Amino acid sequence: MVDVAADMHLPVSACPACAAAPAACAVAQQAARGGLLLSLPAIHCAICISDVERALSHHRGVRSARVNLTLKRVSVVAEPTVTATELITCLAQIGYEAHELDQTVLSLTQTDKAGRDLLMRIGVSGFAMMNIMLLSVAVWSGADHATRDLFHWISAAIALPTVIFAARPFFASALGALRARRLGMDVPISLAIILATGMSFYETTQAGHHAYFDAAVMLTFFLLVGRYLDFRTRAVARSAAQELAALEVARATRLRDDGAEEDIPVADLCPGDRLRLRPGARVPADAVIETGRSEMDRSVLSGETLPVTVGPGDSLCAGEVNLTGPMQLRVTAAGRDSALHRMADLVAHAESARSKYTSLAERAARAYAPIVHLLALSSFAVWLWFSRDMRLSLNVASAVLIITCPCALGLAVPAVVTSASGRLFRRGMLIKSGTALERLAQVDTVVFDKTGTLTLGEPQPVDLPKLDPRALSVAAALAQGSAHPLARAVASGASALGVVPALLENLHEIAGDGIAATYQGQPVRLGRAQWVGCDSVAATATYLRVGQACHVIRCTDQLREGAAEVVSALINQGIHVLLVSGDAPATVQDLAQKLGIAQWHGAARPEDKARVIANATANGAHVLMVGDGLNDTVALSTAYVSISPASALDAARAASDIVLMGASLMPVVQALHVARSARRRIKQNFAIAAGYNMIAVPVALAGLATPLGAALAMSASSISVSLNALRLKSGR
Amino acid sequence: MAILSYLIPVSLLLGGAGLAAFFWALRARQYEDPQGDAQRILSSDYDNHPKP
Repeated sequence: MVDVAADMHLPVSACPACAAAPAACAVAQQAARGGLLLSLPAIHCAICISDVERALSHHRGVRSARVNLTLKRVSVVAEPTVTATELITCLAQIGYEAHELDQTVLSLTQTDKAGRDLLMRIGVSGFAMMNIMLLSVAVWSGADHATRDLFHWISAAIALPTVIFAARPFFASALGALRARRLGMDVPISLAIILATGMSFYETTQAGHHAYFDAAVMLTFFLLVGRYLDFRTRAVARSAAQELAALEVARATRLRDDGAEEDIPVADLCPGDRLRLRPGARVPADAVIETGRSEMDRSVLSGETLPVTVGPGDSLCAGEVNLTGPMQLRVTAAGRDSALHRMADLVAHAESARSKYTSLAERAARAYAPIVHLLALSSFAVWLWFSRDMRLSLNVASAVLIITCPCALGLAVPAVVTSASGRLFRRGMLIKSGTALERLAQVDTVVFDKTGTLTLGEPQPVDLPKLDPRALSVAAALAQGSAHPLARAVASGASALGVVPALLENLHEIAGDGIAATYQGQPVRLGRAQWVGCDSVAATATYLRVGQACHVIRCTDQLREGAAEVVSALINQGIHVLLVSGDAPATVQDLAQKLGIAQWHGAARPEDKARVIANATANGAHVLMVGDGLNDTVALSTAYVSISPASALDAARAASDIVLMGASLMPVVQALHVARSARRRIKQNFAIAAGYNMIAVPVALAGLATPLGAALAMSASSISVSLNALRLKSGR
Repeated sequence: MAILSYLIPVSLLLGGAGLAAFFWALRARQYEDPQGDAQRILSSDYDNHPKP
């Protein structure tokens, strides 16, 4: 709970229970009302909303259903007896795909609260800005003496509470920066706001001519808008990322001592627990096989496409997928000690190195903050030296601070990032990190993983049409009896060819070997070469024996949609493309030649992948890694910037900056394009802001700045910066 | 200029009313689903189940 608050940059309460209690209450209320949350990835229109709400509210036991189209979710209030599964089937009947969302993973309430809080501050400062501006217009057009003083006093009465309430986020973060002995963007902002308000108040009490209340409040307003844009972009990405995580609720089947099975969350596993593992299930923790034989798909861990045969006594790593036989396991390491977690530690280490990247905004702030403070201080000193007038010198110094205040800088980056990531989000890309776009723009080398990234990781049989019809129908019938990936590939390939499966007797599967049966009195087998009794070939293949005849069914991995186009588009742009895979060198070479990739590495372990990237980085390259498996996580976090498809494992998605939501790889090229133009736009915005300062600062230094001039310069620069950022959205 | 002593409070009150309305809209969670609200106006169903 407190961790969540810290993540959100909320002030952490001194008493954790106070912070926890309201949230706990909210959860309890939700549970008492029987609230369910479903994700609806496909809804997009008014008719979808009506359909879903009507279908759900006619369902027995449902009290109400409300769709949120922005978040693509429906929240259902129902009797406790109603389960998510029956609602999902109900929606599937009317043609909408739905998934259950784990509400504990989604920290919705906190995000909502922080967003509403910022909006409220924007509302208050906007209200105050407009009123003070109206009063200021009278002063600028020549009100003097008692009228001017009255207007200044009213402005002060509006501005002081507004600044104290609305500018608190800046004060808090400036204080944090000063405590860490840094000068961020927020220190000059806070100083300008405080000095402007303070000096204006003093001038008001002395019946002075110039008050900068409008400037102080306008500054707060524009900067809050920038802050809100920044927050919204991140909140959207975070909620979508949480949604991906919430979709896969990891559970395991534990065997109790009395032999009964129980379904428990993976987090509750302990070493020594005995588990039942069904075919098709993922190994939940590092374990040793006690009984049973099967084949394991290790592609997420090693990138190998060929399954490995295992039996009693063999050890398994968390993340592998059981293919053929049911097994009983004993857990050897769970949670913190498991192989999965060791990988996570490596990732955390690599990420801490990457977080050293300084964003363009930070670099600008670093150059800018000392200059501003020096300018204000020296103008104060020079004016004090020549005029011997404390009040005048302070006025000039605060005018300099207001004019140079990074109003436009505060908007320059968030406005561009918001419009760029909004554009990519509509094309199915999720930007998880705030600086990912900036880093993506610098990429000159792209490293692809093979299995699951460039290819779908699902084999396709190529030799089927060459088989004689009799063998083909036997193969189809045998393949139907197994969940092994090669068997499934043969079965679906045969049904695509319109093959009618032969009638077999005595069909049985031998885990790790293959499927055997009797066809018209003679034994038939489909499976491993040795077991079937055929000569093996040097390729991914399955073997069929009908009587004395041997048939080889070779399989190749299918290319992901858009893979070939992406690779050729990248090569055409002059980007260096590499292929690094844990699969057998022959297969990797085959794919590399097919796609025209000159440089490839096969049989690479996770560390090797990371080393390839580290070497390229050491030679000055900015590497983009695209990968999906557990074996890619270290490489993903070592790379300058990383992308993973939505089908990737949770760990890989967590380690990457950008997640591809669709099946196609094509958005990668568009993302590079958008990122480059966003970076250009950010730099232009900095130039615009600097240009305004170049004109306005000498005026302020000369003591000629007026509140009207400050207001004009500030709004003109903010508006031109925002418009420049919006150009990205409309531009093709 | 005595008129100012009426007009300024009146303008502030009106602005304040606008601000209060904004606060109410914010607390009533009217900014939670902007896209959905934009689409809902097109549907002909009578919405007798407002937001919970």
